[in-house]
Amino acid sequence: MHDLAQQIVSGLATGSIFASMALALVLIHRSMGVINFAQGEMAMFTTYLAWQFSQQGMPLWLAFPLTIAIAFAGAVALERIVVRPVERAAPLTIVILTLGLLIAFNGLAGWIWGYVIKAFPSPFPTTPLHFGSVAFSSQDLGIIAVSLASLGAISVFFKKTKVGLAMRAAALYPESSRTLGVRVGWMLALGWGMAAAVGALSGLMIAPVVLLDPNMMQGILVYAFAAAVLGGIESPLGAVVGGLMLGVGLNLIGAYVPFIGTDLQLTMAFAIIVVILLFRPAGLFGRRRLLRV
Amino acid sequence: MRDERVRRYGSVALVALLIAVLPHFIPSYGAFELTYVGAYAIGILGLIVLTGASGQISLGHGAFFAIGGYTVALLGQKLGVPYWISLPLAALASGVVGLGLGLVALRLEGIYLALATFALAVATPSTLKHFKALTGGSQGVVLSPLAVPGPLHGLITPEQWLYYVTWTLAGVFFFATSLALHSRLGRALHALRDNEIAAVSFGVNPHRYKTIAFGWSAAYAGVAGAIVAIATAYASPDAYGIALSLALVTGAVLGGLDTLWGALIGGVIVEFLPLWAQNINPAAPSVIYGIALILFTIFLPGGIGRALQSALNSLRLRGGNQHARS
Amino acid sequence: MHAPSRLLAATLAAAFALALSTGTRTPVSADEPGITPTEIVLGGLHPYSGPASSYGAIGKGAQAYFAYINDNGGVNGRKITYKDLDDAYSPPQAVQLAKQLVEQDHVFAMFNTLGTPSNTAIRQYLNQNQVPQLFVATGASTWGADAAKFPWTIGWQPDYQSESIIYARYLMKEDPSAKIAVLYQNDDYGEDYLTGLKDGLGKKADAIVKTASYEVTDPSVSSQIASLKASGATTFFIFATPKFSIQALVAAAQQSWKPRIFLNTVSNSQTTMKAATSAGGVAATQGVISVQYLKDPAEPKWDNDAGMKLYRAIAAKYMPGADQNNGYFLYGMGAAYTMVDCLQRAGKNLTRQRVMDAAIHLNERDNPFVISGVVVQTSPNNRFPIGQEQLASYNGTRFSLFGSLIGARGR
Repeated sequence: MHDLAQQIVSGLATGSIFASMALALVLIHRSMGVINFAQGEMAMFTTYLAWQFSQQGMPLWLAFPLTIAIAFAGAVALERIVVRPVERAAPLTIVILTLGLLIAFNGLAGWIWGYVIKAFPSPFPTTPLHFGSVAFSSQDLGIIAVSLASLGAISVFFKKTKVGLAMRAAALYPESSRTLGVRVGWMLALGWGMAAAVGALSGLMIAPVVLLDPNMMQGILVYAFAAAVLGGIESPLGAVVGGLMLGVGLNLIGAYVPFIGTDLQLTMAFAIIVVILLFRPAGLFGRRRLLRV
Repeated sequence: MRDERVRRYGSVALVALLIAVLPHFIPSYGAFELTYVGAYAIGILGLIVLTGASGQISLGHGAFFAIGGYTVALLGQKLGVPYWISLPLAALASGVVGLGLGLVALRLEGIYLALATFALAVATPSTLKHFKALTGGSQGVVLSPLAVPGPLHGLITPEQWLYYVTWTLAGVFFFATSLALHSRLGRALHALRDNEIAAVSFGVNPHRYKTIAFGWSAAYAGVAGAIVAIATAYASPDAYGIALSLALVTGAVLGGLDTLWGALIGGVIVEFLPLWAQNINPAAPSVIYGIALILFTIFLPGGIGRALQSALNSLRLRGGNQHARS
Repeated sequence: MHAPSRLLAATLAAAFALALSTGTRTPVSADEPGITPTEIVLGGLHPYSGPASSYGAIGKGAQAYFAYINDNGGVNGRKITYKDLDDAYSPPQAVQLAKQLVEQDHVFAMFNTLGTPSNTAIRQYLNQNQVPQLFVATGASTWGADAAKFPWTIGWQPDYQSESIIYARYLMKEDPSAKIAVLYQNDDYGEDYLTGLKDGLGKKADAIVKTASYEVTDPSVSSQIASLKASGATTFFIFATPKFSIQALVAAAQQSWKPRIFLNTVSNSQTTMKAATSAGGVAATQGVISVQYLKDPAEPKWDNDAGMKLYRAIAAKYMPGADQNNGYFLYGMGAAYTMVDCLQRAGKNLTRQRVMDAAIHLNERDNPFVISGVVVQTSPNNRFPIGQEQLASYNGTRFSLFGSLIGARGR
């Protein structure tokens, strides 16, 4: 029984890693209907920046916000310069463009920082917390808390702020928004910036656990895809719930279904993506919005 | 019109001649490298059929390479099946799985198909490792070296033999693809890609044609994977990771998705760019791949293939005009 | 038949006729390639990009050591040129590059290619062409055990199975009733360790109550640790690369699991241990048992050691800016030392056969990079150059060696 509880707790922790990355994917998908395959690599790259800052003696409380700010500004610039020219092209073109970003960021990080795994400083204490016989690491609780906090912030932003409402309008009805004076192009850039900021935050939270190396996001990205698809790929709440479900689900399968075990987890993620897209394209909880043609 | 055909056949014949005599002017390992070029070109030809002609995407063609590679490896190792039988079986196995994935792909809109196939590419190595009893797990399968058939024995090296087999297959596939894409099938695929609703109203069955394109494309990738496995004489899970799938997509985009020559250019890029760029920095191939993908999508969406073709066309036009004037 | 297609057919026929008529080629040249009066050309493959690229440091360390040797007169008056290429840990890439090195660059021998998949892929080719495949950087036992089939291949480091056997024997002496849990990487490397452990336990192999594997793409191993802990095991074997070893040590500490921990040499560098200690607290690493055969540059107790000083001097001069505490550099230098020793032993009149003979008659008592007392030694019946290791336990800040040198293969 302890075992089961521990598996669930550790699943929630891993799940929150997926959730925070899925959140970033959902933000871009909401704002322009595409998937940014480079989301993971962008987060990895900014996490290296934070590592560089802290190596040069900058305290974490300064390095983290600075990194997130750079991620935001960098992604806005990237959208304006690189994505803008193909904004109206077929979705496939944008997919390939983001694949280019994925490969380039991965290579750049290797070029600049090398491939040796680096330990990343954690903002949380190392002592675990105990509830009965189940142990929570402070790091894990921190990741869960931060994912939920960013989810909250994003929901408030989209529901309550003028810019947030304008962004939703620009994504859903670009033409009419434009006539109403919404600067649709900038809204898209803002979407990229926000997604990168959320991604950067998740990179900073994840890195102390998975450690820093240029390939750290490869597997996580696929799990984040699965989480986003589970949650319906449109909804930030769905992404977080999907991530947590996936984390717990994979742990339970790994621990109690010997045939699948732990080495078919990626295959499971692939299967989840296909099955959900085929039979419940709106995710487990969502309603499908009409496709833009 | 007749001139045009002479020119076309002439250029094909020239390329064929070049390919046929090349191994005798380069060292044996050079022929070996060109075998890989041929294999990658066949694989990329599959992507051209799939993405270029039918508008579907696959970021997971490395998985079909794996099916092809493991088919020849396992048939050879466990049952002693010779390559000339197992190679077509590799195409068949991969094609059948491709048809299956094609049925799934019918229901996935563009980017979702990209998502699913990306996940497939990442999941391929660990899936191969899991079914240890069949695939040998992470140890992989060692293939028996390719032998030159009796009559040619002593005349050419095994490397050269595989080179000729590969490029003959590549030639046949190029020719067949060209024919097919100019037939009813190709026109149906193009129509579906450009405007599905219009195509359907003209009586094109989208499900059938799109699924066929997937299976067809996968069969090519299967052959390519089989050739790579035979050349390497080793099939192991590490060879079929996301890096392979991304390299194929990159080669296809840089070569050009809407000209068949693009596959040839793509094959050259996939084979030689990493070998050449690693002299700059080990990370340079990735950086160059990535930046080239970005620049090409923005500035040269037709790839090198189309750029070359339009350059040739304008040359020809200019030449033709001068001809007319004189 | 239309005229154009006739043209095509004729061209093709001509081309193939030409192809066949000039088809005979001389096989690889008979006199010693890669050897001139002033030069020895060696080839090698390491992953400088891709998933295993952190091991690239091994190739750089070897390269630096050869540069040092060249600046100090070379080997019998010849300078070593080490053509070390990036195979990205991909077997097809490795085969192509190996052929390029052998047939275009005419290397004399291959030295220290890294990784079991790459070496497996090129072994058949190198042996067919009688090119020595020397001191490969992998701990699979096949490099030493399959000499009958592949006489031109030899390993260097202690093989993973021997290391596990050492742990098993020690454990059975200390705690015969131990219940064992194992975390291993799901590939040949992890499985080799597991096999060795079972062999070492012999009749007591059922002391292993639970095993769990991980994939290199797994985000964390905390789930595996929870399962292993739940098995009630009192001893925990970690057969994992540094990244996952750190995760495993930290997760065990955070789940308050306090078994006796054995950690494979792959991950026992001071850098790894420090990372685990800082993420999981002293409890995560205290009492961890491992074995050593190389000096760890991040270990202060070697600071005044002559071998370590040599390492630092070479690193400072030939790899400026590199992180000297990275033990992979030292590994590369250690293997390069053996390579140079082997070339010297083979004499002035170098042939591939002589070098291979030298490689199976090593008796190297002074390799400055291995821990004191370890003899790099081979014979025609023993093709495991380093067969000795010493147990060490970690006290939260450093490893201290204990017991005596142990040879797993009867030495």
